[in-house]
Amino acid sequence: MLITTSLLADAGEVHFSWNPIANLQELFAFHFMQNAFLAGTMIAIVAGAMGYFMVLRGQSFAGHTLANVGFAGASGAALLGGSPVVGMLLFGIAAVFGIDWLSGRTQRAKIPGGQDVAIGTTQTFALGLGLLFVQLGTSYAAGIYALLFGAVLGISDRDIAVIALTAGTTLTGLMAIARPLLFASIDADVAAARGVPVRLLNRLFLILLAFAVAEAVQVVGVLLIFALLVTPAAIAEQVTARPIAAVGLSMGLAIGFTWAGLAVAYFIPYPVGFFITSFAFATYVAVRLRRIRWQPSV
Amino acid sequence: MTRPTGIDPMPLSGDQFSQREIVIQFEQAAVRRGDRLIWSHLNLSVSAGEFIAVLGPNGAGKSTLLKVLLGLLPLNEGRLSLLGKPARRGNIAISYLPQRRTFAADMPVRGRDLVHLGIDGNQWGLPLPGLRKLWGGDVRARENRRRVQQVIELVGATAYADRPIGELSGGEQQRLLIAQALVTRPRILLLDEPLDSLDLRNQQGVSALIRQISQDYQVTVLLVAHDVNPILPYLDRVLYLARGQTAIGTPEAVITSETLSYLYDTPIDVLRTRDGRIIVAGHPEEVTYHAHHH
Repeated sequence: MLITTSLLADAGEVHFSWNPIANLQELFAFHFMQNAFLAGTMIAIVAGAMGYFMVLRGQSFAGHTLANVGFAGASGAALLGGSPVVGMLLFGIAAVFGIDWLSGRTQRAKIPGGQDVAIGTTQTFALGLGLLFVQLGTSYAAGIYALLFGAVLGISDRDIAVIALTAGTTLTGLMAIARPLLFASIDADVAAARGVPVRLLNRLFLILLAFAVAEAVQVVGVLLIFALLVTPAAIAEQVTARPIAAVGLSMGLAIGFTWAGLAVAYFIPYPVGFFITSFAFATYVAVRLRRIRWQPSV
Repeated sequence: MTRPTGIDPMPLSGDQFSQREIVIQFEQAAVRRGDRLIWSHLNLSVSAGEFIAVLGPNGAGKSTLLKVLLGLLPLNEGRLSLLGKPARRGNIAISYLPQRRTFAADMPVRGRDLVHLGIDGNQWGLPLPGLRKLWGGDVRARENRRRVQQVIELVGATAYADRPIGELSGGEQQRLLIAQALVTRPRILLLDEPLDSLDLRNQQGVSALIRQISQDYQVTVLLVAHDVNPILPYLDRVLYLARGQTAIGTPEAVITSETLSYLYDTPIDVLRTRDGRIIVAGHPEEVTYHAHHH
């Protein structure tokens, strides 16, 4: 189901006032807005934390591919009458093993650009598959539109439960592997010499990334996913070189963009995804231009 | 994993290695890969605090020697005893610095974090600051931070330890990597071409640092090198590997026309310049080495 705030605006139900308390009351008056804030916050926390490692490891391309694979998974699940989230997860995990297997092969065969080529091939195939599923299915355009650009205003109570479960799983998994993953991301050779299972960690991280992507798609959609996964983390890594502070800042920025996007989109009848990406983009540009760097305290 | 002594200074009385603990002992050791002999008849006793350079042409088995010490490759013949025990994987008493390139310029992590990962980078799970008090984790965390600071000071990296590692020079990065290798208080330090990407001044600085660490903290250092000259003033002994043969001794004794000609089985001239540098001429390896670069 696709709801936009413009429907409410057309019905004359949105009343922006100069009283901030009245605005806040109005923002949370509807159940769908409460759900949107709840789901948006949980997803922003996961995306901010996962994004830090994704950017650090230079795996943005892999993240984007998992989103595209998620599109195929969701449309395939819709074709079979299943849950789109489950479809995204299953396809995402299958893609992780596909990428891992293909890039291992290309590395051994010394094919230039090994992993990028393997990921790109997987990505295009997944998009093609998604196209086939959409054509075969009878899913109406709004469903595809929601998949591509997000449908945070249409989140049900059952969706909230699913998101809470997957977000909790992803965060717990990430916390369990955080230190060896950081070590392997910074210095794979030394980490391996210290007994860190570098290859296994790569696989585990990509599976967690598939989880995070399946969640984030529900807010910003397949095409806008970088607004939550990449931009907050990229800004945080520009601002601080302390890993814990950077993860915290990345999560905070993702939450901030989501909240601001939801709030503004409630009063101005344009898509939430547009506002979230705009805030993310503007902040990134500002940080790049000023190159602020917090002086590390000892 | 904590060993309270180790890194605390133990001043030497005299310079007699014979009186000190034997840390590494090879007896009639040989390694084969497939049916190719890498090296054989290796007899080597290394004492605590010795600084040894491992030299030889490409493919002579220098890295293989490090892998044997790390327990990653078995010996085909002979025996190896490390601190009185056989070699094994994941031995905390050994730190290893692999051959490397420098970090990416945008690596957004402080040198201090890199050193800290030397202590806890292989541990699963994440201690939560609030909860870890329950089992004394906060005391250990404080102790770990103190140890990190100690090794950062030891390698002289205090001034730049809190800057992003990608912004540092090759020499600064190498010092922090040495700090990371030392933070577990190892007895043995294995370095694979640590001077390769450094300029001359930094090569000397890092070599002097390694010498100081091995003397002050009784850490045994095996350093694989292409060029012996930067480390020559600091070395105790050299181990030369070539064509499956080995030669061990002081640089003056091993790097001679006679020994190298025998090792390579071809006439080789070793010249010593007035400032103490060694020039090896007719060195088969040097010829191919330059051919690759031009």
